[in-house]
Amino acid sequence: MFRRYLRLLKVRLRASSLLAMQYQADFLLDGLISLFWMASALVPLFVVFQSAQRQIEGWSFGESLLVIGWFTLLQGILEGAINPSLQGVVEHIRKGTLDFVLLKPADAQFLVSTENFLPWRAINLVAALIIFGYGFHLIGRGPSLLGVAISLVLLGTSVLLLYSLWILTVCAAFYVVKVDNLTYLFSSIFDAARWPAPVFRGVLAFVFTFVIPLAVMTTFPAEAMLGRLPWTALVWALLGSLLFAFFSRRVWLHSIGRYTSASS
Amino acid sequence: MSVRGTLRALPTLLRVGVSEAVAYRAEMLVWVLGTTMPFISMALWTAVARYEPVGRYDSHDFVRYFLAIFVVRQMTGAYAAWQINYEVRQGTLAMRLLRPISPLWSYAAENLGTFPLRLLLVVPLTLFSVFTLGTRSVPGTAWGWGFFLLALVGGWLITFLANVLIGSLSLYIESSNRLMDLWFAFFMICSGYLYPVELFPPLLRGLLGWLPFRYQVGLPAELMTNAHGFTEALGLLGLQWSWVALLLGLSILSWKRGLKRFAAYGG
Repeated sequence: MFRRYLRLLKVRLRASSLLAMQYQADFLLDGLISLFWMASALVPLFVVFQSAQRQIEGWSFGESLLVIGWFTLLQGILEGAINPSLQGVVEHIRKGTLDFVLLKPADAQFLVSTENFLPWRAINLVAALIIFGYGFHLIGRGPSLLGVAISLVLLGTSVLLLYSLWILTVCAAFYVVKVDNLTYLFSSIFDAARWPAPVFRGVLAFVFTFVIPLAVMTTFPAEAMLGRLPWTALVWALLGSLLFAFFSRRVWLHSIGRYTSASS
Repeated sequence: MSVRGTLRALPTLLRVGVSEAVAYRAEMLVWVLGTTMPFISMALWTAVARYEPVGRYDSHDFVRYFLAIFVVRQMTGAYAAWQINYEVRQGTLAMRLLRPISPLWSYAAENLGTFPLRLLLVVPLTLFSVFTLGTRSVPGTAWGWGFFLLALVGGWLITFLANVLIGSLSLYIESSNRLMDLWFAFFMICSGYLYPVELFPPLLRGLLGWLPFRYQVGLPAELMTNAHGFTEALGLLGLQWSWVALLLGLSILSWKRGLKRFAAYGG
C-alpha cells in the first residue's frame, strides 16, 4: 500500500519535471523570477534595519534574518509543491473533470495533491541556507545541534499546517464556485509570516497563532535554532498541527461526499 | 466609432460594470481581503516606532499613512492585464472587437465599476482614521483636496494603462502574465506600499522618483496625509501625469499594433 503510493509519487514528480522543462524559455524565466522574488522579500527588512542597532520587539537584524530564512524555505515548499497541484482542483471542480480523478483507483486527496510540482522552487532551499548562514554570521555564533534537530521537526509540522490550510481552502471551492483568487488571498496572508511573531499584538496576534498559525510556522523554528524555544511550545506545535491535519482530512472527506459532479 | 458615440455609450458601460461588481460581490470581498498587506506593514512599523520615531514618523503617523495606503490601493486598482491575457488566449476578445466601441473603454468601465462598492469600505475607514487620529488624516486645505483627487485619478490611470500595455503584449508573445508579476514585484518594493518612500536609503530614493510605481499609490497617500507643501506637490503631480501621458501613448500604440496580429485562437 505505502510502497504503491511512493511509486506513484515518483512517477508524478518525473512527469512534472519533464513538463517544466518542456518550455525552456519559460523554465529559465521562472528561475530568474524566483530569484528576483526572493531578493525583493529582503528589501523591507533592510529598510527596517537601516540603523544597525535597531531592534523590533527584541529581535535583532541577524535574528530576524533567521525568520526570513524559514519564510523563504516554506514559501518554496508552498509554491513549488502545494500551490500548483491544489490550484488545479479549483479548475477541476469548475470544469467537472474532477470526476476522472475520483474514478482512479487511488486516494483522491493524494492524487489531487501530487498533480503538479514546480522544480524551480527548490532554489528557495539554497537561498534559505545562505540566509541562515548570513544570519548566524551576524549573531556571531552557530546554532546548537539540538536546536537544529528541533527546528527540523518544526519544519515537518509547518509543512503539515500549510498543507492542511490549503486543503481547507480548496474545500471551500466545493461550496463557492468562483474562487480563482483564493491562491492570491492565501499567499498574501502568508506574507505576514516573514516577520517575527511578537510584532503582532491584540487581534492579529490571536489570529496568527490560533486561526492561521503563521507564528508557529516561521518564528518557532527560528527560536528553536537560537535555542530559546520553550519545550511546551514544541509540544503545542506538534499537537496543533496534527489536529489541523486531522480536521482538514475530515472536512475534505465531507466535501468530497457532497460533491455532485458538474455533469449531473 | 465617433467621440460622441463613445461618450453616449460610457454611462451604460459603467452601469454594467457596477452590476457585475455587485453580482460577484463575494469574489470582490476575497480580493479586498487579499490587499490587507498595509495592515501587516502597519503592525510592523508601529512596533518599530513604539520607542522612538523613525524619520518624522511616530506610531500614529504610521497608522495614518498605512490607512491612507489601503484607501488609495482600493481606489486605484485595475486588473485589465489578466483579463486581456485570458481573453486573447481563449479567443473571446473577438466578441469584444465586434462591438462598435474600443475594448479598452469596456475594460476601463468594468474596472471602474467596482468603485461604488469599494467606497462602502473606504469612506467609513477614512472617517475612522479622522475620528481616532485627528483631521491630519485627510488633506487640510482646498488645494490639498484638489491635488489628492488629481493624484488619485493619475494613480488609477498609471495602474490601468500599465495593465493595458502589459496585457497587450500577450498579442505578441504567448502570455504576459509573468511580466505582470514582475511589474507587481517592483510595485511592492518601489511604490511606498510596504513603507513610506521617504524611509528608503537616500541614494535610492532619488531613483524611485523617476519610476512610475511611486505614483500609483505612494504619492496619493502622501498627499492624503499632508506630506508635501504646495510647490513640492505640484512638481510631483507633474511627474505623475508625465508618466500617465507616456503610458497612454505606449499602451495605445502597442494595443493597436498587436490587434493587427490577433487571430482569435479557438474563437
